[in-house]
Amino acid sequence: MTLLKTLAGALALSVLAIAPAAAQYPDHAINLIVPWAAGGGTDATGRIIATLLEKELGQPINVINRTGGGGIVGHTEISYSPPDGYTLGVITTELSMYHWTGVSPLNYENYEPIALFNADPEAVFVRTDGPSIEDLLSEIRANPGSVKASGANLGGMAHLGWAGVLVTNEIDPAAAPWVPSEGASASLQLLASGAINVVTTTMPDARPMVDAGEVKPLIVAANERVAAAPDVPTAEEALGNKWAAYAWRGIAAPKGLPEDVKTRLSEAMAKVVESQEFKDFMAQRNFGIDYRDAAGFASFMQEADASIGQALQAVGLAK
Amino acid sequence: MDAFALALGLVFNFETLLTIFLAAVFGLFVGAIPGLTATMATALLVPITFYMAPIPAIAAIISCTAMAITAGDLPGTLLRIPGTPASAAYVEDSYRLAQNGKAGLAIGIGVVGSVLGGLFGFLFLLFTAPMLAKAALGFSSFEYFWLAALGLSCAALISSGGLVKGALALLLGLFIAQVGMDPLTATPRFTFGNLELMGGISFIPIMIGMFAVSEVMRAGRRAMAEVPQMNLKNPFEGTLAALWKYRKNQVRGSIIGSLLGALPGVGGDLAAWITYSLAKRTSKEPEKFGKGHPEGLVEAGATNNAALSASWIPAMVFGIPGDAVTAIAVGVLVMKGLDPGPTLMTLHPQNFYAVMIVFAIANILMLPLGWVAAKSARWIFEVPRALLNAAILLFCIVGSYSINNSMFGVWVMLAAGVVAYVLEARMIAIAPIILGIVLGPLVETNFTTSMMIADGNLLGFFGRPVAAVFGVLTLLIWGVAIFQTIRRLIWRDDTHGTARQLPSQP
Repeated sequence: MTLLKTLAGALALSVLAIAPAAAQYPDHAINLIVPWAAGGGTDATGRIIATLLEKELGQPINVINRTGGGGIVGHTEISYSPPDGYTLGVITTELSMYHWTGVSPLNYENYEPIALFNADPEAVFVRTDGPSIEDLLSEIRANPGSVKASGANLGGMAHLGWAGVLVTNEIDPAAAPWVPSEGASASLQLLASGAINVVTTTMPDARPMVDAGEVKPLIVAANERVAAAPDVPTAEEALGNKWAAYAWRGIAAPKGLPEDVKTRLSEAMAKVVESQEFKDFMAQRNFGIDYRDAAGFASFMQEADASIGQALQAVGLAK
Repeated sequence: MDAFALALGLVFNFETLLTIFLAAVFGLFVGAIPGLTATMATALLVPITFYMAPIPAIAAIISCTAMAITAGDLPGTLLRIPGTPASAAYVEDSYRLAQNGKAGLAIGIGVVGSVLGGLFGFLFLLFTAPMLAKAALGFSSFEYFWLAALGLSCAALISSGGLVKGALALLLGLFIAQVGMDPLTATPRFTFGNLELMGGISFIPIMIGMFAVSEVMRAGRRAMAEVPQMNLKNPFEGTLAALWKYRKNQVRGSIIGSLLGALPGVGGDLAAWITYSLAKRTSKEPEKFGKGHPEGLVEAGATNNAALSASWIPAMVFGIPGDAVTAIAVGVLVMKGLDPGPTLMTLHPQNFYAVMIVFAIANILMLPLGWVAAKSARWIFEVPRALLNAAILLFCIVGSYSINNSMFGVWVMLAAGVVAYVLEARMIAIAPIILGIVLGPLVETNFTTSMMIADGNLLGFFGRPVAAVFGVLTLLIWGVAIFQTIRRLIWRDDTHGTARQLPSQP
């Protein structure tokens, strides 16, 4: 009897010891993997999300920049991490492209979406003393290969945004070659130094350089003008051909996340996106807030995957 | 100068000064722990800054970073674990000084040299920041490529074993840098399908392993007794004399540091290597370098801190941060409504000046804090070597684990330690390997980018004025080195192999 009691007591104790631990996700620090370099837009939004999520979850969140391979390294690491909720990641537009261009088999199905928090259209920039969009396109038509463009990696959203501008105006994308770079900062530096002629990136990434009078936006590849730059025409307004390319960012976890952890994270993210601090931050940096919950984010990525696949095939980048 | 007066008011109040002091002490501790980096210290501080006013918040980040980077030289000097890629350039000299009983002097030169370099950088930037930022923006991949190539040629100079062994070590470093994904097209190289290898090999475990673990292996075999330390009362004794003797190096290091530091992503890491090599090249006694000679230490230490202030310029003026620390700082600036960009200088110049003044204060604070650190450093030498080795190994493991929070870093660190032990037994220097790992991706990315821009035409590297000057300079340096090697080979044939050292005259 005594033995039984002791056993029962021990069992009860161990259950007591385990139960709160399991219920109280998270009980230690969480890593947030950012697949892009420190200082870019993804890094900036990732860091603000991390600090706000930290308050919601009550555990420190370490932002880890896992760069390289046009974001593939970081994205791969997020998808391969243990699905215990202690490794999260910021996943970005490029995820919709890897499998189309054949650089990696990764796609949205490798992740457990938590929340989409941002979507911004690509815009075309030249140096302040650079040509108008019409002159730029005629130069490309007249001297194929003379105009070099950059913005991010090969086959990324910035690249696609630029190729789309060319294709919708019946120019071969090869006539204005793409110079891959490690991100918007590096490309803008190349543009300002006069090494290349065009950068496509989002408004917020280029804003300090626009303010400094180094570069100017020509058109924005969006369905309507953006609040951050109301006097910049859309591609359709300027050139008569509709073309929209949005870069997006969201929080995701590796596939196979326990349901309770997913719920906890989704609720926390909903609060983060609603918070005044997040709204202020996004407004200050001119990032567009586009919040969708886990289910909404999943269907968003599914749609993005299909439409980007079509676009990539149209410009000859899909394998 | 109204803005400057306003800035003084923003900085010289109790709250800001206390914040600067506390952040500096925090930075000193984190930086002095081997394997923990300035980036880590800064990241840990960010959540706390949310509850602060703008200027104290940014002051905390600055003073913590500056102190952590300088404190990173402490484990380098005492345990041969360099804290930053830059400090790997001169760790050999500072460690040998400490082993010769002059740890105080080594730390003193590091600290006082850094302070002077930092203050010089402050004055320099106060007047040239906008111009410098503008000039840095004129640098494209062509100029960066030549700078990185110039940095690579430092390998031959910092290697104590001669040109050929230096080049071999550099190639090993460049090879390690190749592992992982191609930075531009994401093609996997030498990864063997291994996910950890796909992320590349981080230089921190390599650096810790190559310098610290190999030393533990050597010292463990020798069972060396404690090293008697001189001048326990005033650990900094002799520092000022050394700095005065090498004042030319001090000034030159500060100037080069201020200029190179302003180049986003390149400057900070590269500058100290370049000035260390320059010091050796122009020294009257280059054979002493790498064996506990203060000359290179003075110049590279000054460069390090001058570059640190300068690295903030492109981040503040154009929102282009060069490294993780400035990226975090840009985030804090934005959060506090001090948007980086030209408006920071025009609309709110007092904020800009306040940031610069904080740099100056943080630098001055290094003196007393560094003195205390140097004074306590002797305890390290009173610990029996066997126990110290165990502690060093523990720090090595923790440090390399913390990079990616995975055991992979620990295995890399241990393997690097064994490799370095074998190489050093064959008189092959370690520093060029680290240089190769740091500069490999820079050389490669900028070469590929430039080739795409120039449509594969190699002459493109001379197509821009600044790039052309850098290019010709680099090729000249290489040409002279190759010419000297050939001449020496011929000469050695005549004299039956008596010349083994690199000739000291250029």
